[in-house]
Amino acid sequence: MNIPQKPLEIKKYFSIGLFLTILFASGWFTDFSLTEVFRGIGETREILSKMFLHTDLGYVKNLLGPLAETIQMSLIGTAIGAVTAVPVAVFSARNFIKHKLFTGFWRNFLGVFRTIPALVFAAIFASVFGLNSFSGMLALSVFTFGLLAKLIYEAMEGIDHGAVEALEASGASQLSILRYAFIPQILPQYLSFILYAFEINIRSASILGYVGAGGIGVFYQRNLSFFRYERIGTIVILTFVVVLITDAVSAKIREKLV
Amino acid sequence: MVEIKNLTKIYPNGVKALEDVSLTIKEGEFVAIIGLSGAGKSTLLRMINKMIEPTSGDVLINGQSIVAARGKKLRRMRRDIGMIFQSFNLVKRSKVLTNVLAGRIAYHNPFITTLGLFPERDKQIAFEALHRVNILEKAYNRADELSGGQMQRVAIARSLAQEPKILLADEPVASLDPITTIQVMNDLRRINRDLKLTTLVNLHHVDLALKYAHRVIGLQAGHLVFDGPTSEVDDEVLRQIYGRELLDEEVLGEVDEEVLGDADDIEI
Repeated sequence: MNIPQKPLEIKKYFSIGLFLTILFASGWFTDFSLTEVFRGIGETREILSKMFLHTDLGYVKNLLGPLAETIQMSLIGTAIGAVTAVPVAVFSARNFIKHKLFTGFWRNFLGVFRTIPALVFAAIFASVFGLNSFSGMLALSVFTFGLLAKLIYEAMEGIDHGAVEALEASGASQLSILRYAFIPQILPQYLSFILYAFEINIRSASILGYVGAGGIGVFYQRNLSFFRYERIGTIVILTFVVVLITDAVSAKIREKLV
Repeated sequence: MVEIKNLTKIYPNGVKALEDVSLTIKEGEFVAIIGLSGAGKSTLLRMINKMIEPTSGDVLINGQSIVAARGKKLRRMRRDIGMIFQSFNLVKRSKVLTNVLAGRIAYHNPFITTLGLFPERDKQIAFEALHRVNILEKAYNRADELSGGQMQRVAIARSLAQEPKILLADEPVASLDPITTIQVMNDLRRINRDLKLTTLVNLHHVDLALKYAHRVIGLQAGHLVFDGPTSEVDDEVLRQIYGRELLDEEVLGEVDEEVLGDADDIEI
């Protein structure tokens, strides 16, 4: 019996080597040091104990208003992003529009939006539209737009092309092909993406206030600058509860969708 | 009438799929195109509705060149040509009725159909098409709840809803089992007879071609090597088309058609 020789797994070893090299190089360049980590332990423990062992639970009543504002910002931001993402996604899908220059332009356009963090958008909008939740809502809209447009055009490119072919052969126009071949196939995914974006937005909305863009984040900034860690703890716990609830609800709905 | 004139297709990678093929298909004919895979059957069929653009040559549908047609004119011409596919090409998540109504889209302003609105008459046409292929009771089921044979019948109903003058079928039974194959072929023959619908079918199984078609077209490596009535196809002709004896898999074999009466109700 001729058992074939086991091929050399050069690629695997190379990959592992490369990974380790990058890991250590990163540590080197960021001045990572274990002794620094241990020196910080004492202070960290003090802050954590303030935050979670001596939490100022009475502070919750001051937070309910801003919390509602945070959720509103996320809701409206997600909605605006979800609507505006659709046309640009359609322009970017290569199996719908055959001109590579055209789709390429819109893809790069979207790339710009995904490169800039929501926090930066929030800071920019806050300086233009003022320190309020409107700026935060705009930042979330723009972020959601960039994220969803990419997810949608990728979903479009993943559809079963047979239905497109059949409609084309029947003399249907591009608009009808979009409506009767693409939309029914990506609709459940689209709804699921919107919920996913909402989950992310709830999280980022709670930090946007740090640059003045409204919501609960304003209270982070206020209390951090006065070292009121027992109140920071309250905010963290409250935000955590809201995030947990949104994630659970959205996961349940998404399960039903796909 | 379909006139195919000196049709040649060379793909960008240099493959000559079809070379200088000329044919005339008369109204109401049932034509089977046979040949090995890669012989150019699919290319030939798809150039009739310009789903594939020819390198040279022309295709005239009732005197009008579809090769020269673009935009709205092309869509109008395609509307009169139904097409069914090996993989059915339905939107699986949509209802059967919606899939069949898709065949009506080209008759309307896209802005109106985009809203999902179809005239009552269109629904009537869709129901009649479903009735014609014996699957009316599934109208409100989702397409992905159907068996392969049922899906192909829905696809036939969709092309009938176009009220076409020509029906192209690209390997319509290649993914079906023998019993549903016979059912679908029977449907195609019945439609050809009842509606006088010119029918062109690519077939992998030679015996199906001989059983159902009036006329057989044989392709070999992109060349037309046989064109004549089914009665003239003999072993010599088949050797010419296939370049060898037929393989078992190219013959469907005997199917006991007595079971078909009941098979219509059986979920497969």
